[in-house]
Amino acid sequence: MPQVKGEVKVIFAPSKKIKGITFGLLSPDAIRKMSVGSIITPDTYEEDGTPIDTGPMSLRLGTIDPTQKCKTCGNRVGQCPGHFGHIELAKPVVHVGFVKVIHQLLDATCQKCGRLLIAEEEIAKMRQMMKERPRLWSILKPKVVPKVVKKAMKTMECPHCGEEQSKVKLERPTTFYEKTKTGERRITPDVIRARLEKIPDEDYEVMGFNPKLSRPEWMVLTVLPVPPVTVRPSITLETGLRSEDDLTHKVVDIIRINERLKEQIDMGAPMAIIEELWDLLQYHVTTYFDNEVSGVPPARHRSGRVLRTLAQRLKGKEGRFRSSLSGKRVDFSARTVISPDPNLSINEVGVPVDVAKTLTVPEKVTPWNIDELRELVIRGPYEHPGANYIVRPDGRRIDLRYVKDRKVVADVLAPGYIVERHVRDGDVALFNRQPSLHRMSIMAHKVRVLPYKTFRLNLCVCPPYNADFDGDEMNLHVPQSEEARAEALTLMLVEQQILSPRYGGPIIGGTQDYILGAYLLSHKTTTLEREEVERLLFMCGKTDIPRPVILKPKELWTGKQVISALLPQGLNYTLKASSCRKCRECTKSECPHDAYVVVSNGELVAGLIDKKSIGAGEPESLFHRIVKDFGIAAGSWFLDNALKLFLNYAFMHGFSMSIDDKRLPEEAIKEIEDALKKAEDKVSRLIEKYKRRELEQLPVKTLEETLETMIHEVLSNARDEVGKIAAKYLKPTSRALIMARSGSRGSILNLTQMAAAVGQQTVRGERILRGYFERALPHFKKGDLGAIARGFVYSSFKKGLSPLEFFFHAMGGREGLVDTAVRTSQSGYMQRRLINALQDLHVEYDGTVRTADDKVVQLKYGEDGVDPSKSDHGKAVNIAKTIEKVLGVAALE
Amino acid sequence: MRGRKITLNTLKEKIQQLSSELPDSIIKELERELTKVLDKLTASSLEKITSEVVRQYREAMVEPGEAVGTVGAQSIGEPGTQMTLRTFHFAGIRELNITLGLPRLIEILDAKRVPSTPLMRIELDEKTRYDKAKAEELARKIQHITLENVAHSISIDFGQQLVLLRLDEELMKDKRVTLEMVLNALNKHKVGAVEEIVEREETPEGTKKKIIELAIPLPEAVEITKLVKLRQKILNIKLKGIKGLKRVVVKEVVRGGETFYYLEVEGSNLQGILNNLDELEGIDPTKVMTNNINEIASVLGIEAARNAIINEMTNVLREQGLDVDVRHIMLVADLMTMTGKVRQIGRHGVSGEKASVLARAAFEVTTKHLLEASVRGEEDPLTGVIENVVIGQLIPLGSGMVELRVRHGGR
Repeated sequence: MPQVKGEVKVIFAPSKKIKGITFGLLSPDAIRKMSVGSIITPDTYEEDGTPIDTGPMSLRLGTIDPTQKCKTCGNRVGQCPGHFGHIELAKPVVHVGFVKVIHQLLDATCQKCGRLLIAEEEIAKMRQMMKERPRLWSILKPKVVPKVVKKAMKTMECPHCGEEQSKVKLERPTTFYEKTKTGERRITPDVIRARLEKIPDEDYEVMGFNPKLSRPEWMVLTVLPVPPVTVRPSITLETGLRSEDDLTHKVVDIIRINERLKEQIDMGAPMAIIEELWDLLQYHVTTYFDNEVSGVPPARHRSGRVLRTLAQRLKGKEGRFRSSLSGKRVDFSARTVISPDPNLSINEVGVPVDVAKTLTVPEKVTPWNIDELRELVIRGPYEHPGANYIVRPDGRRIDLRYVKDRKVVADVLAPGYIVERHVRDGDVALFNRQPSLHRMSIMAHKVRVLPYKTFRLNLCVCPPYNADFDGDEMNLHVPQSEEARAEALTLMLVEQQILSPRYGGPIIGGTQDYILGAYLLSHKTTTLEREEVERLLFMCGKTDIPRPVILKPKELWTGKQVISALLPQGLNYTLKASSCRKCRECTKSECPHDAYVVVSNGELVAGLIDKKSIGAGEPESLFHRIVKDFGIAAGSWFLDNALKLFLNYAFMHGFSMSIDDKRLPEEAIKEIEDALKKAEDKVSRLIEKYKRRELEQLPVKTLEETLETMIHEVLSNARDEVGKIAAKYLKPTSRALIMARSGSRGSILNLTQMAAAVGQQTVRGERILRGYFERALPHFKKGDLGAIARGFVYSSFKKGLSPLEFFFHAMGGREGLVDTAVRTSQSGYMQRRLINALQDLHVEYDGTVRTADDKVVQLKYGEDGVDPSKSDHGKAVNIAKTIEKVLGVAALE
Repeated sequence: MRGRKITLNTLKEKIQQLSSELPDSIIKELERELTKVLDKLTASSLEKITSEVVRQYREAMVEPGEAVGTVGAQSIGEPGTQMTLRTFHFAGIRELNITLGLPRLIEILDAKRVPSTPLMRIELDEKTRYDKAKAEELARKIQHITLENVAHSISIDFGQQLVLLRLDEELMKDKRVTLEMVLNALNKHKVGAVEEIVEREETPEGTKKKIIELAIPLPEAVEITKLVKLRQKILNIKLKGIKGLKRVVVKEVVRGGETFYYLEVEGSNLQGILNNLDELEGIDPTKVMTNNINEIASVLGIEAARNAIINEMTNVLREQGLDVDVRHIMLVADLMTMTGKVRQIGRHGVSGEKASVLARAAFEVTTKHLLEASVRGEEDPLTGVIENVVIGQLIPLGSGMVELRVRHGGR
């Protein structure tokens, strides 16, 4: 045990929590109080480049220049938070955001006495409720208040002083008119302010406001706060010219007009001139707050670009809320291209050495790891298992890149120091691929530092990330605290996420080559020699070789024996494989196609192992049973080892597809041609019938629609029929067929399109008819209803498409592409809305599901309190399985 | 197998004892499955099975703090990317188009007042369901028929100041409309007395067809511009049926060797059907369905609407071949209906009614919420997820929900 140097101190971080945020308006006094000075000069800098003290770039408002100190707090760039200034407006102006409220208030209160236009008793009644039953009031408030205000707005005579009221009209955006008997008269902001001032706090409260936080007259501005320069930093261009922030431009505008207005008022200028300037001031203040108010031409930069003012900074996807507050940038992350590595565990991620040398993990120096960490420090930042920084107990960081003799630094290490060492094998990292549509899009992996420049992952984890290797990139994050690591390891590790909460089945599993390998290996005809069996089983760490089924002339094993060796003891299971032909009567374990999988006590008795057994996203599969009955560890082992074996068998077996795999014999081609010809005849007969008006009309459809549906039906039947012919004649050894049958890649439909005929092309679910008047291309007659003219492709992909067919096929294909593009944006927005609406819902300790404000949504989650990800394909308990387990399989038969 | 056999009664008793521990669905299944193997059960093996079931159930329970909302939203949203956009699908191959797939899913979450393709499915009672003729008669009865459906043409004769309404007899026969009905309807809507009724064998265009021409004098002093409206009014006069039910199709189903019939209707009017049950004998009122969720909410109540949301969403997802646990869908349905009204998932519903200012501002229409909060002097209680992300605190879900703290080493 090494000697303990220094003292190990346990430091508790202060655990202060913000409990709430109150919103309110700034009173003119508050604005003046928080201001460090009045800003009156409409220019930013002196000619020598120093900021003007009374200008909007004043050093009193904080500093953005690393060479300068803030005149208010004396701090430099990083430390000075910035300080507000203010502008005393020569005449009050209305705040655009509040015009609607101001309008309501003006209409709902008396012009003379300022009281709410509601009888005294009613006001008293409400005030009483507010005081005596505040909780009841808070519930009723949202319903009562709008009604009261509406009523008051309609009242035309003050019940308090008897004054007759006139209607106030709001002309958007910011002008108010009063409708009197003599006509309309404009009311200026100072009059509005004077009226709002008269509203007593008591009445204001009844209208649902809180006078302590927002007095109505504060909505008409007399003082304007000038935000600190840190909020609107200027940038120096390469040419040495300064470019000011949009907000600064706007502040300058306001000051300029304000000063002019002040002058004119002092000079006693005529009312018309003053009003003109006043309106201009109103315009600038309006656009300063929001430059997208309807009815106001947006303020522009000299270049003609529309300015981005306060509201624009907050709004929308790139605004403060969505871009800077809901989503934050992080350190300790990396991004690069991904590539596959079947030799990694599903729980691992391959990290390139270069990345590993940049990402660090802070490790506290303890007596137990001090030697190891010293070693790392000495190795330094440029050699892989090394370290980049050392944090001393006093919080100072030492950058090892600039340390001359790292041995000296390493010697100083003592408990209490923190070493930021390189990420190394076994560290936890979060791995993520966008779009992050579900929780399996970010999972924890254990780091495996590897050469080369890409992140590597096991192929089985592709489905949850929806990743492939055509250039996909992924992100990696390294948790920095012990809590984060613990949570990542216990909750987010890949093996913890095998079962998807969406349907209670495995989302991780075999794909493509894995399935193919398993299919080939489990095939009835597969026999293996000793060497092969040993090689395969040893790959999985299995050294027990089962007894061969054939002893002479050579020892031979079946593929099923090898698979059996990988299945856990005690596994009992049956299922119909993906290669099931859907015979009318299932002979179960006697299946002639070997498509009925039977596992008895861990022994694969019959059946082909394919997509249905080990595929990703297949609930109730063989793999699902292993995970459910034998635990996550067994499932994880199966993925790491058994699937690797399948893949390697596929390598051993060899598999390639050629054009011959789609070759059909002469008679098949003949048959296909006949079938297509027959369909063509049928179509022309239908058209004839239609032309003779003899077609029997389908209910609720016009004659034309009837014809279309019938032709459509005939042609799609033809394609199916042709497909059947092709499937019948294709050699059973056809590689393409094997892939389709096993579910590893492609479908029978793909196959028939390649071998027999491509079939009808559609746009918007109908036969193609667009481009020209009553025809799709000028090669046809107008109104031609035949199969070829409307996009039926007789050729197969193998044979090749005629130019016309090619064009129709491209039309259908393009629709598919457009469809995908449109769909992603639509479903993305739907998901955003769903997440936003549901994200606060959680299960409480009492088992109820509640919202953020503790309202009950469900008394018991999902009516039975079962977590879908812990369920067995939606069911809490697999009763049949349990009975089987207790009584034995025989009991059920 | 040794040990005492058990009777059906003891089995039932034993299972009933578990009813406080297990949900009904499991109890039922357990009973069904165990009855099957009753002759092989012994007291001890029964005990083993039940205790194992209870253990498994307890293990599958959700943990407190679980973010079921987010998981649910993801489970419904993620398959959305895999759905086809093709709006229309031919239900039952030939007759009616219905909106399905992603657009329909969005429609349900939007709580749109009227779905883009309103649809009803009306099943018939035990007496009538096997009788095609009766089903067809019912179909004709409920289908909304206006004059337009039986009119051959309508024209206005300015010289004689007459509206000439020509009825197509063939159509009338098909729709079971008599001349009397037309006259009654015209009377009821006070368009004017019919002056003359002429039967013709020929249309004005010259083709052979039996036509009944009605001449209705124009009301006095009608402006020309109003004439178009008058024409439309006459055409829209209801002759029979239930409003909104545009087309009715009789559908045939074969189940268990028996064929029975039900009605599929384009358009929806639940109230209309349920109000006229006396006239519509043969309809099974418990099996009248519509895909209009808001209509269900107003006619049958909010619980029915909740079930309708669950059914509709399940159907859309299943039709697309997507496997989503019902619990997620139930959660969405419950959230949408918890206030007693059907709320939209989005700005004008659930998200817009959140208590937190920051949560609302972070979703949509940022400035409006901030301005409103400041005039009202609102307080953000910071109890939700997004608010705490905004201010940089731990979110109150999952492991972040725990508020207990262990004092290290005591004092």
